[in-house]
Amino acid sequence: MSTPILEIKNLHARVEEKEILKGINLTINEGEVHAIMGPNGSGKSTLSYILAGREGYEITAGEVLFKGKDLLSLAPEERAAAGVFLGFQYPVEIPGVSNIIFLKTCVNSVRKARGQAEYDAIKFLRIVREKAKTLNMDEAMLKRSVNVGFSGGEKKRAEILQMALFEPSLAVLDETDSGLDIDALKVVSDGVNALRDPSRAMLVITHYQRLLNHIVPDHVHVMAAGRIQESGGRELAQKLEANGYAQYIKAA
Amino acid sequence: MNTAEELSGKARTLSELKPLTDKGYAQGFVTDIEQEFAPKGLSEDTVRFISAKKNEPEWLLQWRLKAYRHWLTMTEPDWGKLNHPPIDYQDAYYYAAPKKKLKSLDEVDPQLLETYKKLGIPISEQETLAGVEPRIAVDAVFDSVSVATTFKKKLEDIGVIFCAISEAVQKYPELVQQYLGSVVPIYDNYFATLNCAVFTDGSFVYIPKGVRCPMELSTYFRINAENTGQFERTLIIADEGSHVSYLEGCTAPKRDENQLHAAVVELVALDNAQIKYSTVQNWYPGDENGKGGIYNFVTKRGACRGDHSKISWTQVETGSAITWKYPSCILQGDHSVGEFYSVAMTNHYQQADTGTKMIHIGKNTKSTIVSKGISAGKGQNTYRGLVKIMPKAEGARNHTQCDSLLIGDLCGAHTIPYIESRNRTARLEHEATTSKISEDQLFYCRQRGLSSEDAVGLIVNGFCKEVLNELPMEFAVEAQKLLSISLEGSVG
Repeated sequence: MSTPILEIKNLHARVEEKEILKGINLTINEGEVHAIMGPNGSGKSTLSYILAGREGYEITAGEVLFKGKDLLSLAPEERAAAGVFLGFQYPVEIPGVSNIIFLKTCVNSVRKARGQAEYDAIKFLRIVREKAKTLNMDEAMLKRSVNVGFSGGEKKRAEILQMALFEPSLAVLDETDSGLDIDALKVVSDGVNALRDPSRAMLVITHYQRLLNHIVPDHVHVMAAGRIQESGGRELAQKLEANGYAQYIKAA
Repeated sequence: MNTAEELSGKARTLSELKPLTDKGYAQGFVTDIEQEFAPKGLSEDTVRFISAKKNEPEWLLQWRLKAYRHWLTMTEPDWGKLNHPPIDYQDAYYYAAPKKKLKSLDEVDPQLLETYKKLGIPISEQETLAGVEPRIAVDAVFDSVSVATTFKKKLEDIGVIFCAISEAVQKYPELVQQYLGSVVPIYDNYFATLNCAVFTDGSFVYIPKGVRCPMELSTYFRINAENTGQFERTLIIADEGSHVSYLEGCTAPKRDENQLHAAVVELVALDNAQIKYSTVQNWYPGDENGKGGIYNFVTKRGACRGDHSKISWTQVETGSAITWKYPSCILQGDHSVGEFYSVAMTNHYQQADTGTKMIHIGKNTKSTIVSKGISAGKGQNTYRGLVKIMPKAEGARNHTQCDSLLIGDLCGAHTIPYIESRNRTARLEHEATTSKISEDQLFYCRQRGLSSEDAVGLIVNGFCKEVLNELPMEFAVEAQKLLSISLEGSVG
């Protein structure tokens, strides 16, 4: 029997007075890749933020277990250390802080919290260079300020590089395909696929089916109006591509 | 700098932040050492006492007295955006010195050595590894006296004079007399004039013609004694075609009373000479409720007297309850260059009113101002700067950039630029921005495993990078640590 990494049970959440999640149930086991698809405003991004611990959301009911333990009581950095990684739809710019410094500071902070030895400069640089190469990343990018002046493709590649370095147990990828042309999509997807692992769970959030041609999920869920409306295999994604989300919006 | 170097130096700093932050103001200890004081209060007798202690020539005593008598007629300036209770100039000591007199470095009191060791300042030449060229020579000023100057001999061999100003008065009176007060005149302003009357020690530097000083010169100021003001005086002269890089650092114990620090720094650059003056100011800032801390009223000014001369100020101001300071350049020589790179941070109840003056007199003179103000807690931070183009300054150019970063919503950032141009060929540019650390940035960093404090430290260091890059490597690492420590308690 497979071990659940993430268990979301009857999760309700709101922002100020507006209820956004209205009872989400979802279990992701080790080694599985799940996709959540849904129209804009369905609550997909909210779910990813809540999993990562962003402030501003009020949980009104339900719970989230990560490896059997309560996730929602942890601070964002504790979740990162525990192995939760969020690939951002809009990676944030940090002017004046070079990528390499940012990466090393963060990775070592996480390693320290996990009781692992911190990397020294030389070792870290070697690891980063290696991983950057597989993502077709120019080394010059490592010296540039975090996400400042990056193209859409560069930003997403940088996110995947981070994911590779953090070695998470659960990776939530929020609209990783947005802003990518077809070549960049391929590179990023290959990067994600390379990180598929029997001990790792992934939750891929997307609006479009095309990403799922590259990152093939084990399970697909359709989310609309704050609930998972339908679950199935990858064929569900194709059905959506043909029919759109209209039926779910109406039903909700 | 290549990526590996950058990683080993700067990233190490960041990973070291956490333990340091827990310590708070690490330099707040007091050294228990036997000291000699002038009688409390300020009078002509105090001035005479100091002058006699230093065994000064008559001209200097008269100069001091002239300043003192004039100071009595002056009033404290109130145009700064600063609030503080009136300063009682009679309720302070104007001279405090360790009792034991020194003849050589080897005689430095072990207590003092221990103090500087704690602060991480090398004041023993032996500590330098055999066979390794020393990179920094240090003059250590403890309250009112210079206690040690390292590598004096080595510097003397190439004609560089680096010593306590009190020593320079004895050994090089003609140089001192020629330049003292020549950049900051004796009646310049309230605090500078007070300094003229009661200055105690500080550093003196002379770089002879054509000499590029082979190591960084550094003065480390420490206020230790209670109720004591520190009035240091620094004079740096770079003769034709010479180069020097000078660093200044300062700390003080934690005390509940406010202490006054009123320094004067004068720089003179002759033809083709360059002076780079860097400060990391970390005087005790007071506690989180605004109790105690140093009042830092400082006059720093450099004269680019010669053609093609250059003076560059870099400052990182994290300490002091109050900072009132405008390191300036008088660009007299044609094609002379003035630069001002500043980071000023105020947290809790700290107040800073700081900036620069660039006075363009010569032709084709050029100045650059980069100011980064960071306000956190209830801190108030004002950039105040003057760019003045005189009628004969054909082709003068200035570029000013003032960026403010706000952390929280109880602090203030103010930018007050003054621009006066009397020459139509001048080209002046001014850019200013104000921003806040966004929730998005914080969340992004925390999702990647950083605590809020480390995240803010990282973002602030990035914001200041342009200025920190101007500092010599050793100081840059120090300054990064300081910035993060000073932000303690700024994120809720």
